[in-house]
Amino acid sequence: MINQYPLWKYLLLIVAVVLGSLYSLPNIYGEDPSVQVSHRITSVDKDTQSKIEVALSIKDVKAMSYEIDQGRMLIRFKSEDDQLKAADIIKSTLNREHIVALNLAPATPDWLSDLGAQPMYLGLDLRGGVHFLMEVDMESAIKRQINDLTSETKAFLRGEKIRYLGVKPSQASMQVKFKTAADRERAEKLMSKEFEGLQFEDIDEGGVFLLVSMTEQAIRDEEKAALQQNITTLRNRVNELGVAEPVIQQQGTNRIVVQLPGVQDTARAKEILGKTATLEFRLTDGTYSDWQQAEQNGHPRLYHERNGDPVLLNRKIIVTGDMINDAASTIDQQSGSPAVSVRLDSKGAKRMGDTTRDHIGDPMAVVFIENKIETKIVDGKTIKVRRKIEEVINIATIRGAFSKSFQITGLDSSEARDLALLLRAGALRAPVEIIEERTVGPSLGQDNIDKGFNSIVLGFIAVLIFMLVYYKVFGIVANIALTVNLVLIFAILSMMQATLTLPGIAGIVLTVGMAVDANVLIFERIREEIRNGNSPQASIHAGYAKALSTITDANITTLLAAIVLFSFGTGPIKGFAITLSIGILTSMFTAIMGTRAVVNLIYGSRNISKLSI
Amino acid sequence: MQIFSKQLDIDFMSMRKASLMLSLLLVIGSIISLSTRGLNLGIDFTGGYLIEVGYKQSADLGAIRDTLKASDFGDAQVQHFGTSKDVLVRLAPRENSNQATISDSIFKILQQQSTDITMRRVEFVGPQIGEELREQGGMAMLIALFGILIYVSFRFQLKSAAGAIFALIHDVIVTLGVFSVVQMSFDLSVLAAILAVIGYSLNDTVVVLDRIRESFRGIRKKTPHEIINISINATLSRTMITSLTTLLVLLALFYFGGEIIHGFAFALIIGVLIGTYSSVYIASSSLMAMNITKQDFLESIKEEDKELEEMP
Repeated sequence: MINQYPLWKYLLLIVAVVLGSLYSLPNIYGEDPSVQVSHRITSVDKDTQSKIEVALSIKDVKAMSYEIDQGRMLIRFKSEDDQLKAADIIKSTLNREHIVALNLAPATPDWLSDLGAQPMYLGLDLRGGVHFLMEVDMESAIKRQINDLTSETKAFLRGEKIRYLGVKPSQASMQVKFKTAADRERAEKLMSKEFEGLQFEDIDEGGVFLLVSMTEQAIRDEEKAALQQNITTLRNRVNELGVAEPVIQQQGTNRIVVQLPGVQDTARAKEILGKTATLEFRLTDGTYSDWQQAEQNGHPRLYHERNGDPVLLNRKIIVTGDMINDAASTIDQQSGSPAVSVRLDSKGAKRMGDTTRDHIGDPMAVVFIENKIETKIVDGKTIKVRRKIEEVINIATIRGAFSKSFQITGLDSSEARDLALLLRAGALRAPVEIIEERTVGPSLGQDNIDKGFNSIVLGFIAVLIFMLVYYKVFGIVANIALTVNLVLIFAILSMMQATLTLPGIAGIVLTVGMAVDANVLIFERIREEIRNGNSPQASIHAGYAKALSTITDANITTLLAAIVLFSFGTGPIKGFAITLSIGILTSMFTAIMGTRAVVNLIYGSRNISKLSI
Repeated sequence: MQIFSKQLDIDFMSMRKASLMLSLLLVIGSIISLSTRGLNLGIDFTGGYLIEVGYKQSADLGAIRDTLKASDFGDAQVQHFGTSKDVLVRLAPRENSNQATISDSIFKILQQQSTDITMRRVEFVGPQIGEELREQGGMAMLIALFGILIYVSFRFQLKSAAGAIFALIHDVIVTLGVFSVVQMSFDLSVLAAILAVIGYSLNDTVVVLDRIRESFRGIRKKTPHEIINISINATLSRTMITSLTTLLVLLALFYFGGEIIHGFAFALIIGVLIGTYSSVYIASSSLMAMNITKQDFLESIKEEDKELEEMP
């Protein structure tokens, strides 16, 4: 008998339908407003939970549940009102070592999560949020290396007692001037042993020079390190901002993607993420009247205070921002002005202790340093502008020796808060610049979800009605396949934990339209066979058989286009390509095997004279 | 229900000259429009700013323009987006200023004019990104066409592949031409739609080619002219029905999917219409023009037969 399917094919289909239904199910449960609490260093424990429980019950805010997972606590609430109130209460209850962030937690029932079934992740265009693409200024990173190398070289040559006339750094290399070629030869030999990743070149025009530059490999390593450190720092800063489920990822060799779901204040996010602000502590060196003479000696450097007054500072840095372990914004007890309290690491503490002990009564300056990079368009060309802003924010007389902890004043309160945050999160190794931004407000996100799903539903219903009218019983079969196909797409996207975006929804809609194509091909073939005078059973058999290679060819070509889309597209287009590809694959399964199984059930191994097609 | 209740016998191949003229007209018209008017490239490709703002009442565009002009943003394009309560501000990259913070300044300026507004969407694409996306976009299109050429010539033979590629290039140029004529904003999502059109149109063409191959092998004592006619007629109802169901969902997307997805849906609708036409006329006409014969399809017959046996 023809048109009978082996049992295993039915079993396979049943398994696919059951799994598909299970794994697409979490998407219909929606999300609970919740508050996520984590600790900057360690994990959150039961003690923290009981503290929060007490604080919330005093203010009469009811939480639905508390969960601790991987060191983070998730507290769910009935309404957004409760959530916002609770977040404020929790923030004021816990110390600032805790990060409190608003979140939307999937409300998947336990029995489904136990099976590993989770809802799809909604993209920023659906849930609202900020997407930044940042470019790391690698030239600055290299230049910084060269500057470090310059001072190390000076110290090294002095230590080895090699006489040199000067060291001049440029963008990617430095030039050391020697008195004699013999000195140069000795320096080159020793330096190549002492420092790694350098290459040397002798230049004899206008003096005895040694050109020192970094090898290609060393430059690549430095770029990699700069990117990694920037990613780490950005992650710390994002945590400080209190964002749940941020994405911070490398893209290419010099770019970083930052996605912050739910963040609305983009201006502040930009400010915090892009800042390179750090501090330096230096002793002052003479007065302004000394300046002209002093500059000729080349020793102290000229800075300006915030009010524009010039001040001379010693070249030697006592402590840099890198040595700061912790910082917090606070209010100065004596003056009542905003302040940043700072705690140094052991190396910094020792240097600060030594210096202040020896210089009691001398003034010390705090220098605020900010590196800025901007791409500007000048006369139609894009150019990069780098600026270094150095400001003396405070000069105070050292009243007694101190080392580890102290306070800095001289900033307004929002500056103090930002500086403390930046010092805590660590410095960026190289300046970053935002080169792409896509922000979607929450109202638009919800609109996009509603409209996207409306169009899926409407398109789907239109196709269902058409198929039913046009192909009757076979139309119903195709409609079952189409429904299962949609369920399978959602299930696979959920299993992959893919991010659903608006273009992704468009891909699903398009798939719905195109998925029936396979069935149309098959059904038209069956009609043709019947017209040619074949029996119904033979027509079904031949229809499926003859349509198969056409369907395969047609779908593979569409798949090819989808793959090209995926490999060339950026974020949102990738989403479209993924749903389209999945849709093509699942539709081949449901439209060929699925419909055949149902058709065989209805018509197989029976004597029939007429097909309802 | 059936659209065509009996086997059709339309002489498509005799309409070759007329359809060729039509296609030539469309393609030349598109190229003229593309080279004179060009595409209305969105900020994805030009770089710049796009700020969508929601108002409580319908917004007065003139007042918004004046406010922006007073703050030195006189070059901003201001328009309604979808409804009269939604306003879209578009701005080219600015000279001499910090690119990343301009969108914030614009929102603040608009907020001063009308405090009760919500930020719906901000897009900023730096000039360097715009350039990259432009290059990548063109590249994606070429690679897609090339990959398809290889696959189709491997699966069929070179003449069929050439016919399919002609049809595709035709579809892409005409769809781009329509975008150029109506000056609808051409952004990344429209590019994605055009790549999907390539996939869709090819899907259609492959079905027709497949049938032509089958007919050449199965039918004796008929001229290529007749064989191609028979094949197109046999696949016609399928071509129409699939286009119809796809258009149904695209119309749902166009009318209910929201303003953001408009360009995308529009490109696909145009592409599906053109693609349906081209799979009937262009691909098969090219085969005729290249003097296709039975001989061209005979090489891989054995392989095909084997495959047929394994089918369900």
